[in-house]
Amino acid sequence: MASRERRNLTLAVKDVWDGVRRIYIWPMLGWQDIKQRYRRSVIGPFWLTLSYGAMVAGMGPLYGRLLQQDIGSYLPYLATSFVIWILMSSIIIDACSAFIGAEGYIKQVKLPLTVHVLRLVWKNVLIFFHNFVIVLLVMFIYPPPLTWALLLIPAGVLMLALNGIWLGLLFGMLCARFRDVPQVVSSFVQIVFFLTPVMWRSEMLGRKQWLVELNPFYHFLEIVRAPLISGGGAMRSWLMVTLITIAGFLVTLLVFSRYRARVAYWV
Amino acid sequence: MARITADKIVVDFPIYEASARSFKSAVLQTATGGLLSVNSAHRVVVRAINGLTFDLKEGDRVGLVGHNGSGKSTLLRVLAGAYEPVSGSLQITGRIASMLDLWLGMNSDATGYENIFLRATIMGLRPKEIAPLVDDICEFAELGDYIYMPLRTYSSGMQMRLAFAVSTSVSADIILMDEWLSAGDASFNEKAQTRLQRMLGNAKILVVASHNEQMIRTTCNKLMRLLHGNMVEFVSLPTREAGHLS
Repeated sequence: MASRERRNLTLAVKDVWDGVRRIYIWPMLGWQDIKQRYRRSVIGPFWLTLSYGAMVAGMGPLYGRLLQQDIGSYLPYLATSFVIWILMSSIIIDACSAFIGAEGYIKQVKLPLTVHVLRLVWKNVLIFFHNFVIVLLVMFIYPPPLTWALLLIPAGVLMLALNGIWLGLLFGMLCARFRDVPQVVSSFVQIVFFLTPVMWRSEMLGRKQWLVELNPFYHFLEIVRAPLISGGGAMRSWLMVTLITIAGFLVTLLVFSRYRARVAYWV
Repeated sequence: MARITADKIVVDFPIYEASARSFKSAVLQTATGGLLSVNSAHRVVVRAINGLTFDLKEGDRVGLVGHNGSGKSTLLRVLAGAYEPVSGSLQITGRIASMLDLWLGMNSDATGYENIFLRATIMGLRPKEIAPLVDDICEFAELGDYIYMPLRTYSSGMQMRLAFAVSTSVSADIILMDEWLSAGDASFNEKAQTRLQRMLGNAKILVVASHNEQMIRTTCNKLMRLLHGNMVEFVSLPTREAGHLS
């Protein structure tokens, strides 16, 4: 029995590794997913940039006023927060259909399952970069504090993408097996949006500020956002994110090694 | 080197929609299809493949026959590596080309050119392996400048020719086919068969499922008959020109 478990674990790790190595498949499929949405449109995926710009331009002044914030500091805050939130929430929501949506492939050919997850992560990272153009534009008008912490931003984005991998595998499996989970997840993501300091700032909680520290989404936001807003490196959040990443991959690897071969039967 | 060794492989499909209660302690055998039963977790399962054991070596051209639901397609998908058997062991050496769905990976909004890469990638090729094949594929599919047009602008014949051309441009040790492939009108089909034969000729093992037993007797050198997921016959066929259409 132990040898069988070891074999399953090896196969699970191999699936992830082989998936990552198929660098000629998942970027192509992820890019196709984006292109598909904008076929025959003149500016193509730059609609992403444009609509994000419109959203920030529309919501920034309004919510800045509602929350009694100075627009010069609130607009960069909102633009940065939202772009990260979109990345996180769409990865989570797409994760639910990672395998269900790839049914055709999974039932016909032998491809590492990780390929389907990387495809969705890559798609959302590409969308992130399109949206990020707006953040750069806002930063041009309201420059961020120039500190060394800015160098941590790419690492932060990479960390978000890495977490998308275990999340995609775990939620992809869960949702393929239990078809009610996608519904639960999408409601959950909506609620989390309001509970997480995306539109509002953690300082607004006053003495209850420590509460946001319990929210993992807050830490994921901070590792990319803090350098642009406060100029700090958000070391506590980095620590939390690192711990979550390790725990996430460990749990996923256990579940994945046990149920990897079942996915084809579930989708 | 190509070889497929299957030892008592079993494939059970869980049916999550059905309530296990209504099937409790009942074991039903349907007229066609796999055995319906209830597994240890009180779940309804369809046994699509029931303990198959066989050994395929280089030169084997195996024809799979049997009714609808006898397990032919499932067996092909197991050999393709999509379904891992629930129990038993399966060892495959050699590069596999799965021709079960010629359209897999193709996108009707993408251009013909893009689709060559999409399809061939799913067949297991790398971009640098695909690039040299493009000219040959375009020429064979007789697409001309249409190659830069979206696939949905093609006539169904052109779409079929492209899918066929890409799928048959891959060289592999083991080829899996569900029904003998054909493409387009009579004159094109002749050309298509020549191309298919060339691909099959280079392959070391062929497994083809078909309802057309006559076709299998003329093209294969082994015949495997499935019934409710069991192998009821596995015989060598008198070789005429094995692997070739007469």
